Amino acid sequence: MTTAPGLTASRRKRGALSLASPRKKMSAILANSALVVVGVSFLLPLAWLFLAAFDSRATYQTQIPTTVTLDNFAAVLTPELTFLPMWNSLLISVGTAGVTVVASLLAAYPLSRYQSRFNKPFMYAVLFGTSLPITAIMVPVYLLFVQRNLLDSMPGTILFMAASALPIAIFMTKNFMDSVPISLEEAAWMDGASAMRALRSIVIPLMRPGIAVVAIFVFFQAWGNFFVPFILLLSPSKQPAAISIYTFFGQYGSIAYGQLAAFSLIYAVPVMVLYVVVSRGIGGSFALAGAVKG
Amino acid sequence: MTAQVLSPTPAARDRRRPDRQRSGRRSIHAAIARVARMIPLAPAIIIMVIFLVGPIVWSFYGSLTNAALTGPNAAHSSFIGLDNYVKLWNDPVFPLSLWLTVIFTLGSAVISQNVLGLGIALVINRANRRLGTLVSSFVVAAWILPEIVAAFVCYAYFSKDGTLNQILAAFGMTGPNWLYSFPMFAIILANIWRGTAFSLLVYQAALNDVPPEIKEAAMIDGASGAKRLLYVTIPMIKNTITTNLMLITLQTLSVFTLIYVMTAGGPGNDSTTLPVLAYKEAFRFSNIGYGTAIATVLLLIGAVFSIIYTRAARPSKD
Repeated sequence: MTTAPGLTASRRKRGALSLASPRKKMSAILANSALVVVGVSFLLPLAWLFLAAFDSRATYQTQIPTTVTLDNFAAVLTPELTFLPMWNSLLISVGTAGVTVVASLLAAYPLSRYQSRFNKPFMYAVLFGTSLPITAIMVPVYLLFVQRNLLDSMPGTILFMAASALPIAIFMTKNFMDSVPISLEEAAWMDGASAMRALRSIVIPLMRPGIAVVAIFVFFQAWGNFFVPFILLLSPSKQPAAISIYTFFGQYGSIAYGQLAAFSLIYAVPVMVLYVVVSRGIGGSFALAGAVKG
Repeated sequence: MTAQVLSPTPAARDRRRPDRQRSGRRSIHAAIARVARMIPLAPAIIIMVIFLVGPIVWSFYGSLTNAALTGPNAAHSSFIGLDNYVKLWNDPVFPLSLWLTVIFTLGSAVISQNVLGLGIALVINRANRRLGTLVSSFVVAAWILPEIVAAFVCYAYFSKDGTLNQILAAFGMTGPNWLYSFPMFAIILANIWRGTAFSLLVYQAALNDVPPEIKEAAMIDGASGAKRLLYVTIPMIKNTITTNLMLITLQTLSVFTLIYVMTAGGPGNDSTTLPVLAYKEAFRFSNIGYGTAIATVLLLIGAVFSIIYTRAARPSKD
């Protein structure tokens, strides 16, 4: 992943205000202790997850394991419990991200490059769509899937998840595309290149970091989504990890705390790693800025 | 937020396009060309119409029928007008659920996440840099976790033998079974834990954009820290606050998994917010029509919020 110059340049400009004074020092001590309190409160629930996963006698309490063990991981690392559901999660997330990115790149091009009376109402509709509570339409979506025989279909689920991600993705992609100067394309147009050719060979290479942000944003949402596959996918062989973990919890969760924690950790680690990699490369708040600031 | 997106691409751009259709019937050709270049929008529009617009439209229609998953109404549902909505008004659970949704949204998002997010962002700017990075990464970690994992973690934390009661026991107190005795309290705290990162990241980005010169100027004029915050920083990030409030309100309105895993809306209906109620009615009790009516109400609330905030966020940037 390449980092666009200038995108990270606006990172924290600190120390500009550092006038050494006793009051300044006092407020720094206060600030530090407030942060410690916040940090501990946010860390505590997470600590359980990490400690219990390696504890042979885990409970719901947070405790340092008396014997550190990998047994919990060994117990859940079976094809039907972990590997297949993780693979399904990957398929769904990559599929959703792929469909969304392609469709929103295509859609963003005319919106960004041509002026039309259609653009403004469309962008309003898209903006409105970004804020729809998706939970609220799951009942009619379920019926649609029953009617069209799409229930328990992976492609159907992917298309729906792409549809629900498209408004925000179009919004972000158009913003990123607007920041690519048009002059290069004009030269290409003059030379007789079609709009799609210009999009493919000029615009897309120039907005690669932006595309990465959109793709990862959608991937994240799809990876963590529980409700949509919970309603739309029925057979265990197609269900993603979010569902298999829920089923496991229902059956063994009140006995095998350690295994539940281990399982949760396996499912969570890929996105956590991805987040760290991405925020090093592009900047987490930058990703949000694309989505929020418009 | 909206202004920049909706601002028209420079008009000059269009005029500079090569005039290919110089010769004759220019307007027809131009009209065809204008339509043709919108074709790339088709895939996105088709997907959204089928999977988003369709269900939303159906949602309004379905709420006027007695559709069901099983029983005689499953095969032939019939139009029953506003009966579902009348039933909604007379059902004691609906007002309760609406009220719980309001408490949940106000308590966890509008007040706590928003204020806490801004607060942490401000404090981080004054504190030790390493500590700031560390703490914000803990806050963000809760947000990065998949929803279901976050829900399990909170379940474990608030359960009778969980970590919270373990801490209370260390101070000689016996905690209740939070999930059973104080379900709303537990899910509100859980949602604060999970969602604060969003506001934090948004405010960190916004605070970085406030030019330090302005704060310095206020400092030289003798403004205290609180005054600088109130009269300089906050007015400068007003738009961000509005946008953030919109987004977290809408996100919180539709929280399902966290509540479903932690309390399943229980005990009784004591933590049944609207999404959980709609799910229960439609899928547990298979009253699709009635469940859809509840979902439609939720959809309308979301729509109202999104219109209000869209309007509020717009003018100042124009």
